[in-house]
Amino acid sequence: MTVKDLIEKLDLKCLNPVNLDAEVTSAYACDLLSDVMGNARSGQVWITMQTHKNVTAIASLKDMPAVIIVRDGVPDDDMLQHAKDEDICLLVSKDTTFEVCGKLYELIK
Amino acid sequence: MHYTFTIERGNFADAGQASSNVKRTLKQLGVDPASIKRAVVALFEAEINAVAHAYGGTIDVDIDAEKVMMVVADEGPGIPNLELAMQEGWSTASPQVREMGYGAGMGLPNIKKNTDELKIDTKVGVGTTVTMIVKLV
Ligand SMILES: Nc1ncnc2c1ncn2[C@@H]1O[C@H](COP(=O)(O)OP(=O)(O)OP(=O)(O)O)[C@@H](O)[C@H]1O
Ligand SMILES: [Mg+2]
Repeated sequence: MTVKDLIEKLDLKCLNPVNLDAEVTSAYACDLLSDVMGNARSGQVWITMQTHKNVTAIASLKDMPAVIIVRDGVPDDDMLQHAKDEDICLLVSKDTTFEVCGKLYELIK
Repeated sequence: MHYTFTIERGNFADAGQASSNVKRTLKQLGVDPASIKRAVVALFEAEINAVAHAYGGTIDVDIDAEKVMMVVADEGPGIPNLELAMQEGWSTASPQVREMGYGAGMGLPNIKKNTDELKIDTKVGVGTTVTMIVKLV
C-alpha cells in the first residue's frame, strides 16, 4: 500500500502531497517525541496529535514519509511550511489515534 | 570539517536545524545511513535539552573520515544528579515542555544508545556540555 492508497482508504486530508508513492508497511503511533526518536523506524508513518514543527523535524531526521495528525488537529503554520521544505507528507484524520491505528492495522497487517 | 551553530533560548521551532544540517552534510559525504541516523538522533536530543532545560548555547560539529564529534554546550541550571538524569523515565520537564510531547525522560538514554563515546560535564548553576562521538564505518 502506498501513501496515496492510505489517503483514500482512511479518508485523510492531505496538506502536502509528497511521497505519495512511498510504500507503507508499518506505522508508529506516539505523542512522546523522544520515544519516536528512539524507537520509530525509517519508512514508518507517524500517527500523532502533536501539531508543532519539531514533529516534522523528527520525521525528516528519521526518514518517515508521512505524518498523520489525528482528531482534526491543525498544524502550526511553521509546521506546514517545514513539511513542505523537508518533503514530509502531512495528513489529517478526523478520527482518534485508536481509530486510525485500527483501520491502518487492518489494511497492512 | 567544522561547523558551529547557536541554540537560542526557548526557541523550540528552530531546534533541529543543526541536526538537519549535519544530516545533509553526512549524506553528501556518502556516510552510511545507519551512522547518519545515530548521529542525528543524538544531536537532536542534546539540542532539544539545551532549549528545554537550559538557556540556549552552542553546537560544534567536527567531521572526519572516522567519526563525527558533536559538542553541545549550554548555559543553564546544570544537572544536579547525572546518574538519575541518565535513567530512562526521569524528567524535570516543565508542563509547557511536556505539552509539546517532551519529558518522557528518554533523551539522554537515546543519546547514550546512539553514540560510541559520551561525556557530560555539568555544573549546577553554570551549565552543561555534552560531547558525543559517533564512529563512521
Ligand atoms: N542541558 C541540560 N541542562 C539541564 N538539565 C538537563 C539537561 N539535559 C537534561 N537535563 C536533565 O535531565 C533530565 C533527563 O533528560 P532527558 O533528555 O533524558 O529527558 P527529558 O528531556 O526530560 O525528556 P525527553 O528527552 O524524553 O523529552 C531532564 O528532565 C533534566 O532534568
Ligand atoms: Mg530530553
